[in-house]
Amino acid sequence: MVVRRVRRHITSVIMTVLCVVSVVITLIPLALILTFVVLKGIAALNLDFFTQIPKPVGEMGGGMANGIVGTLILCGLGALLAIPVGVMAGIYVAQSSGSRRANLVRFAADTLNGIPSIVVGIFVYAIAVSPFKQFTALAGGIALGVMMIPIITRTTEELIRLVPSTMLEGALALGATQGRAMFTVVLPAALPGIVTGIVLALARIAGETAPLLFTAFNNRFWSTSLTQPISSLTVQVYTYATGPYEDWHRQAWAGALVLIALVLICSILARLATRRLERMNAGL
Amino acid sequence: MKISKARISDFLFYNGTGLFALVVVALVFAIGVVLWIQSRSTIDSFGLNFWRTEIWDPVAENFGAFPFIWGTLYSSFLALLISAPISLGVAIFTSELCPYWLERPVVFLTELLAAIPSIVYGLWGIFVLVPAVRALQVSLPDSIRALELFKGPPVGLNMFCAALILAIMMIPFTSSVAREVLKAVPLAQRETAFALAATRWEVTKVALHYSRVGIIGAIMLGLGRALGETMAVTMVIGNNPKASWSLFAPQYTMAAVIANEFTEAGTDLHISALIEIGLVLFIVTLIVNAASRLLIWKMTYSRKTSSVPKQEALETA
Repeated sequence: MVVRRVRRHITSVIMTVLCVVSVVITLIPLALILTFVVLKGIAALNLDFFTQIPKPVGEMGGGMANGIVGTLILCGLGALLAIPVGVMAGIYVAQSSGSRRANLVRFAADTLNGIPSIVVGIFVYAIAVSPFKQFTALAGGIALGVMMIPIITRTTEELIRLVPSTMLEGALALGATQGRAMFTVVLPAALPGIVTGIVLALARIAGETAPLLFTAFNNRFWSTSLTQPISSLTVQVYTYATGPYEDWHRQAWAGALVLIALVLICSILARLATRRLERMNAGL
Repeated sequence: MKISKARISDFLFYNGTGLFALVVVALVFAIGVVLWIQSRSTIDSFGLNFWRTEIWDPVAENFGAFPFIWGTLYSSFLALLISAPISLGVAIFTSELCPYWLERPVVFLTELLAAIPSIVYGLWGIFVLVPAVRALQVSLPDSIRALELFKGPPVGLNMFCAALILAIMMIPFTSSVAREVLKAVPLAQRETAFALAATRWEVTKVALHYSRVGIIGAIMLGLGRALGETMAVTMVIGNNPKASWSLFAPQYTMAAVIANEFTEAGTDLHISALIEIGLVLFIVTLIVNAASRLLIWKMTYSRKTSSVPKQEALETA
């Protein structure tokens, strides 16, 4: 009896230790990646990186100014496409929550979210690149937009459902139509959270490479035209990382640092904002 | 009968937002249909042989995609083998074992892992992980390196490296969903076990048993991510279209071949072949994701309508 009890407790301790070990194993790559990117990135980062465009092959120096601007343009285009669709679809799902149709849309959004980004790239290539025989910034924006839509749909839905239903009921009782109640009462209440969700979606989308490879392609020169191929930070990092030159590798690390900084700052800001929101709600 | 303005407004509101919701559903279908139409020429000319043969020769227009589907399945399976136990450990730690003050930081840090762009994983893979794997490979005794499982040139760009990177990338997805599922287990389940003098691990086992369906869903969700992961794998797997059991052989995946060859494909048949690979990738990830979502939903949503006692439903609400 005693032996058995001791054995059971020992098993319990061993399993607890194993769980702690798995947390440590998870955090080691995180620490390694962040350390390498920060150390190598800081060593490589300079003013040129933000102000110059890539030098011709073989020459030292240059930067990724066009890539940074390109990423901003592509993300902007994606947001322009995805925000209306995502927010409206999210409103629909939240409004008819529980119905079969709402479940179908939610399921479709989750499925769309799980589709590999490279497949989204092929899809956009087929509808927006190959008919015009031209890689364009617009096509890249569409690809990023398609990837953002499901994230924004789900965020909007979840945040609207967090708004107390009494607010909607109050507006309806005062004679507002469904649409008016949603857009003037419920949506404004959920807006800070939705904006946070959009910022997070943007941060994630800014780091995407695969859907841009054959939609926006890449551009060694300065271009802000929507009907021309455009450079992006991620594709540029890919080109440089897989290239043969030492100076390219240096710049790839700098690009990675800028990317990570962008993503981390966005997610930390979003986290702080949601925490403040939660506190405000609790205070109400 | 007179139709009031409010009725019209409500009608517009429901159908207007419904239209956008329809876009989301339509996109999923559109992707499938477009890929199917665009890959008709290889589907027609190669049929099922496309997936059985191992020759990939764009110049001779002879396409067999077996090495790619093999590489995708093998690398995802290996990654699953590494990441599933670790993710479960993390999920159990954060939901069952750790003190309250530690929960948020640990969850935040694992979520950071998910926020790192795949291209950064790839960059780190090329310059840090690949040399490390190469060193490991070289340090193995010759008798082991002669085994079928460990054969391969000592370059570090290989299946093992890809599986490692994939595993790291899968952990945050699997562990965060597994954690959610565990959190949805009613407290009464644990209290009952504690009341029966169960140890901490035995209580955890009760929770695991209760949530097993959702846990499987969480693992499948990670699998779905691994199957479609492109950049990081492309950069470390070695890109060699040759199926092999060896961990240290450079291989290729479906996503990687699309990323590498799509813009350089010279002939329509080559593009069609690549799109067919994309189509199959789409279908496979669709099935895996749909299955995992259904399992997770079964755990976290539909329990309210099932026959659980009312008190349980209240506690999880």
